[in-house]
Amino acid sequence: MKKLLCATLLAAAPLCAQTYVIKNATVMTVSKGTFKGSIVVKDGKIAEVGEKVMEPADAKVIDAANQYVIPGIIDCHSHIAVDGGVNEGSVSVSSMVDIKDVLNPEDIAIYRALAGGVTTANILHGSANAIGGKTLPIKLRWGKDAEGLIFEGATPGIKFALGENPKRAGNPTGMAINGQAQQGRYPATRMGVEDVIREAFNNAKAYKAEWDAYDAKKTGIPPRKDLQMEALKEVLEGRRYVHAHCYRADEILMLLRIADDYGFKIRTLQHVLEGYKVAKEIVAHGAGASTFSDWWSYKAEAFDAIPYNAAIMQKKGVLVSLNSDDAELMRHLNTEAGKAVKYGGVSENDALAMVTLNPAKQLGIDNRVGSIEVGKDADLVIYDKFPLSDYAKVQKVLIDGTVYFDRDNEVSGRGMKQAEKQKLIDKEKQNQQRTPPGAPTRRVGQ
Amino acid sequence: MKNLVTALFLCCALALAQTHPAVAIHNAKIVTVSGSVINKGTVVVRNGLIEAVGENVAVPSDAMLVEGEGLTVYPGLIDALSTWGQPGAAPAAAATATAGRGGRGTTTTAAPATTAATQAAAPARGPEDRPQTTSWLKIADEVTGADRRIETARNAGFTTAVTFPTRGIFGGQGAVIDLLTAEKSGEMVVASPVGQYISIGRSGGGGGGMGRSFPGSLMGYIAYVRQIYLDAEHYKLVKDAYGKNPVGVARPEYDRALEGVLDSPRILLPANRLVEIDRMLHLAADLKQPVILYGGRETFRPEAAELLKKFHAPILLSMRWPEASRDADPDEPDSMRTLETRDKAALAPAVLQKAGVKWAFYSDGLDAARDLQRAVKKALDNGLSREDALRALTLSPAEIYGVANRLGSIEVGKIANLVVTRGDIFDDRTRVEMTLVDGRKYVPAPEAAPMGGRGATTDPGVN
Repeated sequence: MKKLLCATLLAAAPLCAQTYVIKNATVMTVSKGTFKGSIVVKDGKIAEVGEKVMEPADAKVIDAANQYVIPGIIDCHSHIAVDGGVNEGSVSVSSMVDIKDVLNPEDIAIYRALAGGVTTANILHGSANAIGGKTLPIKLRWGKDAEGLIFEGATPGIKFALGENPKRAGNPTGMAINGQAQQGRYPATRMGVEDVIREAFNNAKAYKAEWDAYDAKKTGIPPRKDLQMEALKEVLEGRRYVHAHCYRADEILMLLRIADDYGFKIRTLQHVLEGYKVAKEIVAHGAGASTFSDWWSYKAEAFDAIPYNAAIMQKKGVLVSLNSDDAELMRHLNTEAGKAVKYGGVSENDALAMVTLNPAKQLGIDNRVGSIEVGKDADLVIYDKFPLSDYAKVQKVLIDGTVYFDRDNEVSGRGMKQAEKQKLIDKEKQNQQRTPPGAPTRRVGQ
Repeated sequence: MKNLVTALFLCCALALAQTHPAVAIHNAKIVTVSGSVINKGTVVVRNGLIEAVGENVAVPSDAMLVEGEGLTVYPGLIDALSTWGQPGAAPAAAATATAGRGGRGTTTTAAPATTAATQAAAPARGPEDRPQTTSWLKIADEVTGADRRIETARNAGFTTAVTFPTRGIFGGQGAVIDLLTAEKSGEMVVASPVGQYISIGRSGGGGGGMGRSFPGSLMGYIAYVRQIYLDAEHYKLVKDAYGKNPVGVARPEYDRALEGVLDSPRILLPANRLVEIDRMLHLAADLKQPVILYGGRETFRPEAAELLKKFHAPILLSMRWPEASRDADPDEPDSMRTLETRDKAALAPAVLQKAGVKWAFYSDGLDAARDLQRAVKKALDNGLSREDALRALTLSPAEIYGVANRLGSIEVGKIANLVVTRGDIFDDRTRVEMTLVDGRKYVPAPEAAPMGGRGATTDPGVN
């Protein structure tokens, strides 16, 4: 009975962090090599890693013979778990909106990504605006509430976007909605995108100066708090990371120049398909690059892309990660990393780092996640085969030392779930046949 | 002439509104709601107030006597969130969709204009344009007894509605009104303002209103609401400082949107799904505003009740239980979540009651007796007691809006809003014999069927 209860609880919302020993596994730590051995998980953290470990008496043993353990996969660019739209596309600077306000812990994409080994994701606003909304990394703690998803302590971000997307709404020839010509939104060109960002930061500097003057004295009435400016002030103060959607080399350089001019940093360049052309400049600025493995030519600005992008940038010293930008691709980021081995000959360990440790560094959370090291969060994925292989299947996923996905439970539970659903469908059908649909009574004269 | 018109009007209407100095309902069963049930007693009403109630109350010699043998007297029902009193207004609904298909309606339908509130001609370019905001609007200034839904609702036992302007994001200030067919609409208003109606839309497309009016996404709506309250706080600081010492100081601009927000004693926020309940409760806490949630479709989930308790927030439950769309593709069943919601939604009242959450029902567009009665019955079938159902339509809404000293139960000194039935108010074959609103007697049209039937079919002044 107790077992059943615990199983139900686990299925609904994993609760209690238990002590685990994962034994006989091939442990790919990413930061400290690969070896056959064990991992001790205690209080949500990695307590011990090695070929031989001290097994705590109360530990539950997971025998991972012939299996592989890697750090939880981190997706540096995702739009899952968001309610009510990922774009506030009405304005060119939408930094007043916050993804944190609309997290949806019930999005099934969370569970599916979890089943693909992802434990952390950077949830971004869309790319409809030169300066988009506020963003944040989450952990895929399926079953928790919105607050329970948030990666506690992580530096929040903001989305920028360059090129086709942010200028699209400014195209005066397009955008007829319901046959009605729409008023174009500035900007309509790449020049305009630059102008929008510069003007926003001119305003933000003035706003910051006003607040700094007030904060120095703290007398009188404080200035008006402006959510749009507040986010940019945080960027200027280095308290909010900029994640910039970009494609072409020229616009990448343009953005780096703006950042230098205004004294802030671009934390990551997202997509950055022509990054291989300007890798030196990216390194000089200190930006990370989060790109696709081999996806291109889906629009004009994505024609000069090559699958060697990640490898070349990495070789030139850029901190590179591979992302999904897509709920489906998110489920097999391990094979995306595998492609970096094929294109450009990145080592297996470095390739794996592109979906674990590197994105962790890019998001400033590598003190907590990204590799298998003592003291880090026990975010672990167990694969049945070599993780960069197409044939590898995720067996178990732990976040903070709690099992959030278990393939055996998932597969064996499917029949029951289907039956449960069928029961509800049948019940509804029966009720509909018994009673006529309850349309509101219409009154005479209505 | 005017009297003649009025007389004709009343004849046509077949609904007799009579004013008497006093009415006494004698030998009736009296369900006071606040106290115990009086099996045989008398209620005396005078000057629109309850003068006396009890087993041994003498009938005053000047009172019009209603022989109450076989009748039950209840406090008049209250619709906790309504647009009654505003002819042509769309019902107030939780302006948020359920996840997946099969959810009913995604946004509040824009109502035909009842007021001077207008859609801005130019699209809003940001929060500073105060998009879709008429927070200053007081519905007490707009209500009229000419709304024909008033009589329909009264025939279903309602004597009071908390009616709100529901257009836009900040719709405006609601009022508690008595459902009178009054000549002067001012007579209808019991309390105003009682809260600011806020609706939170959702964007469907991926573009989030590319180049169109702000806000175009859910997060845009929320950011806008946050900014308004930041602005209101700042506005108040500046205004108060200027009020203290205006000489030699630049005059702050008058902002009616912020004035309206600052005038509101509480806010109403929509929340159907569990995640929305969680989100809106946190939002209200951030805004430091007392909040009432409305919608509540997923409150059958115990987590929802826990949240509401934790935040000490009341919730208004829609009386429209979710149903499968009749046009749904049978080959594409809804998600488990949606199926479960439709299956269990009507458990919500019993769950909330048991958890000790303050809640009330609201009509959500229903006004025919038959539909309202059927909605309550579904909750009764799902474990809600009759007493609690009655409370959720009387004393609880009065408490939620802070008017329980005047409305919601049969007590001496309270407003004489009563409904008199033959049979239990929630029973199938029960008929409303009369309602008293502010002590004025209304009798449903004779051909109006029992509650299980069609309700009154006459609509004064229309046709």
